[in-house]
Amino acid sequence: MTDIDKPATAAVGEVAEAGSPAPTAFLEVRDLRVHFPTDDGLVKSVDGLSFRLEKGKTLGIVGESGSGKSVTSLGIMGLHTAGQYGRRKARISGEIWLNGQELLGADPDEVRKLRGREMSMIFQDPLSALHPYYTIGRQITEAYQVHHEVAKEVARKRAVEMLDRVGIPQPDKRVDSYPHEFSGGMRQRAMIAMSLVNNPELLIADEPTTALDVTVQAQILDLIRDLQKEFGSAVIVITHDLGVVAELADDLLVMYAGRCVERGPAEKVFYEPQHPYTWGLLGSMPRIDRDQTDRLIPVKGSPPSLINVPSGCAFHPRCPYADVPEGGITRTERPELRGVPGGGGHFSACHMAQEDRTRIWTEEIAPKL
Amino acid sequence: MTVPEQATTTPEPLLTVSGLVKHFPIKKGLLQRQTGAVQAVDGLDFDVRPGETLGVVGESGCGKSTMGRLITRLLEPTSGKIEFEGKDITHLGTAAMRPMRRDVQMIFQDPYSSLNPRHTVGAIVGAPFRLQGVTPEGGIKAEVQRLLALVGLNPEHYNRYPHEFSGGQRQRIGIARALALKPKLVVADEPVSALDVSIQAQVVNLLDDLQDELGLTYVIIAHDLSVIRHVSDRIAVMYLGKIVELADRRALYETPMHPYTTALLSAVPVPDPRRRARRERILLKGDVPSPISPPSGCRFHTRCWKATEVCKREEPPLVALATGHQVACHHPENAPGQAPGQVAGPVRSATKKTES
Repeated sequence: MTDIDKPATAAVGEVAEAGSPAPTAFLEVRDLRVHFPTDDGLVKSVDGLSFRLEKGKTLGIVGESGSGKSVTSLGIMGLHTAGQYGRRKARISGEIWLNGQELLGADPDEVRKLRGREMSMIFQDPLSALHPYYTIGRQITEAYQVHHEVAKEVARKRAVEMLDRVGIPQPDKRVDSYPHEFSGGMRQRAMIAMSLVNNPELLIADEPTTALDVTVQAQILDLIRDLQKEFGSAVIVITHDLGVVAELADDLLVMYAGRCVERGPAEKVFYEPQHPYTWGLLGSMPRIDRDQTDRLIPVKGSPPSLINVPSGCAFHPRCPYADVPEGGITRTERPELRGVPGGGGHFSACHMAQEDRTRIWTEEIAPKL
Repeated sequence: MTVPEQATTTPEPLLTVSGLVKHFPIKKGLLQRQTGAVQAVDGLDFDVRPGETLGVVGESGCGKSTMGRLITRLLEPTSGKIEFEGKDITHLGTAAMRPMRRDVQMIFQDPYSSLNPRHTVGAIVGAPFRLQGVTPEGGIKAEVQRLLALVGLNPEHYNRYPHEFSGGQRQRIGIARALALKPKLVVADEPVSALDVSIQAQVVNLLDDLQDELGLTYVIIAHDLSVIRHVSDRIAVMYLGKIVELADRRALYETPMHPYTTALLSAVPVPDPRRRARRERILLKGDVPSPISPPSGCRFHTRCWKATEVCKREEPPLVALATGHQVACHHPENAPGQAPGQVAGPVRSATKKTES
């Protein structure tokens, strides 16, 4: 863990500033920064991210590639500093509180005990996340035996039980199959079984259905929802697909260039979005549920390099409303995450005045969606 | 060069496909004897009308990409017939096919692997002219720069290499290359699936604009039902090498008739949290069966909740209803007074039975 120069403004929202006493929330991330030194410069993948999550709730993190969503999840899992990557090692700062315990400053051995037991992860591509050389059963029992001192038979029974729970037919036979003998959907189920074998309280699903076909995706989304109800865990779903978060998430966090641009209850973010980037995402998406004959409204340009993040508001070069606030403030000053009046936990990082935002959304954007 | 009789109402389709089959042999042993075949595409009948966009949608392994490669003749069909502007191109050789290649172009999925990293953008977009021996008015360079401007790239980037561009820009380069020879038909295989949401919308709009401007005909292959709904005029839904339903966009999305289409549409997550509670989702059991030994009768019967004995025994032909909706099902949905007996007639040749 390395200290990084912190800018004067820390985007926190209702989350306490770093250094405050332990939170009451189940998971609280405070001012998380993950930077990677490279030959070309410092890549600021996550740059001051804060959020909280209670048990039994689902947080959706949405953003495009390179917005820092996966880096955030690996940061929470403590996987950036776990390996031996030499000079590529990430620089992480901030605080991650899980169940009253701070993880970033904790002993790596302590975090290892939590990883897989209290918090676990479902990865995007099950074929590369599962070891091709070992049977599914062996990989699940290993995950179980790392945290429980039980006999092989007990662990195996537990693996069969989990495979059954995630809907794999003939689990007592399939437990001895290798990953290549499973279809894509079955592999994803097996990975979910593996991540849930220790009844974790926090489950991070990083693009859990992106590699899957739509009918299988529906099965997996249902499975995640059912399992959450059953186990009461906190779930973070990371995706680029607004449809997937609309299905699962209670709260939504929209990321752009390593920062949170908007955060709030899913209903608020979908129906009263406050940030032009969120408008852009909603306008870019073709809709299956209506007959759209008009053109899509894309965001112009492409996402910025994380080495040279634009000054001021990182979104300003692509924002059609960058000149609405006076005095070129969007180019010079980074907007803070501020509460939306009457928003009930709805935050947005935009320089535009509230009236302007409401007017633009209701008059210009919403009618075209 | 026979002009076939058309059962469909629209005259002069640009592309007509009948009974198209592609089986990839599976060979085993020392003698490389054929032990089976992957029935990737197994009897397709459809046509593409000038100026329209035909969307082809289906899950992985349903044969939609193979179909795209067959109609562009990048793969040799096992049997069936492909006619382009009334000309039979099913088994034309490389040389005979070359003049046709001007008229049929392809846009590929992956903007990274479909551009040669050692060629400049100018060389890539100019390649079609050199291969076809065409000298456009004003020379190749001027024409390439015009094309780059047309797809929204800076013409001054003529001398840059693909790695200097982002994914969305590369896809634009691929589109410029496909449009170089003013093709009549453009086949796009997953043109936006590798792109981010905001960039995806830019490319979808570009394809739209180019169609209006140049009068292009598209066959767009994609797995994303939302994208397909946005871009297509007519849509074909494929399952295990067959078209199970083909209809106008509105008809397909509002009154889908094949149970598979219904299930597929209900499975798509809608970006609308309020609908989460009240939507009904049809969850299909299990996975898509292997195309090496597809199920008997209707290929969907193993996963279909409406399946009866007849579905296991007999393969339903793709029939056109009075509304123009084509569906291959013994028990179609949304079909009041449109029971399978009351059809307008078979689509074209009678669909062949599956080999048992």
